[in-house]
Amino acid sequence: MSGPEVGLALSVFAACAVEAVEALTIVLAVGATRSWRSALTGVGAALVVLAVITAALGPAVTALPLNVLRVVVGGLLLVFGLQWLRKAILRASGLKALHDEAAAFASEQEAARGAGGVSAGLDAYSFTVAFKGVLLEGLEVVFIVLTFGANQHNVGLAAAAAAVAVLAVALAGVVAHAPLSRVPENTLKFGVGVMLTSFGIFWGAEGAGAHWPGGDAALLAIIPATLACALGMVAALRRGGARGARGGGARETVRA
Amino acid sequence: MTSRVRAFAAFLWDFVVGDDWRTAVGVAVALGVTAVAAGSGATAWWIVPVCAVGLLAASLWRAARG
Repeated sequence: MSGPEVGLALSVFAACAVEAVEALTIVLAVGATRSWRSALTGVGAALVVLAVITAALGPAVTALPLNVLRVVVGGLLLVFGLQWLRKAILRASGLKALHDEAAAFASEQEAARGAGGVSAGLDAYSFTVAFKGVLLEGLEVVFIVLTFGANQHNVGLAAAAAAVAVLAVALAGVVAHAPLSRVPENTLKFGVGVMLTSFGIFWGAEGAGAHWPGGDAALLAIIPATLACALGMVAALRRGGARGARGGGARETVRA
Repeated sequence: MTSRVRAFAAFLWDFVVGDDWRTAVGVAVALGVTAVAAGSGATAWWIVPVCAVGLLAASLWRAARG
């Protein structure tokens, strides 16, 4: 496996694992509180929709000329990656609440309990919540698989990395029978934000006609440089926060 | 039907663009400038990374100021 392929597989695996952990929390909460059968039916329906979307968009995306693909998909990936990285930096610097699976599980369970009685047949609440949760988290997975896979001309490898991540999380969920709150989700999200942004920078610039010094090897400089910038921004925001606290100024917490 | 299309468009916008639309506009401008610079034969690889760092810093600054 080449360097960019290793980067592709690791990025897709980490991104998909994070999304799968979030989807698992939702499914576990409604399944355990209301109806396992309805929740799992919702999961199945969402997976079918995701498969149809992937089957429809995959060939269309890979059929685009390489430069058009790289500038459009690279641009989208960069916007998406900067969004991830922004949230991750705000969380790491204490300006945004850390994502907490145990708290998310408790909140989902409370909502499920308050949603009225459980229907005898298919429980509409459990089905809908599980369906929406898996579909929304899964769309991010599909986006990452298609953008990374198409740009590297290796959708198969991206899909395989995603499948391994989802299976690993599902298996861990079955074994633990609880939300996977020990997964270092916030750190993983930070890493994924760095990778998405780095690949977005690389492919976006290349698609727009720029030539990177060293070709694909430029990624080996872009990824650590992006990481260093992100860590520098965390440190700067923390210093700003500490100065604000010393000055007695109240800092408003950015909502999740 | 119109409300569903509108809801889907809003979802797509939120999915890709997220909390700060200025970052998306900045990325589009950076790619455009890179294409023009590369087309004129100039060294253009540095434009996107510099703009990405600047856009991220500006977005964080706005968020930190609330």
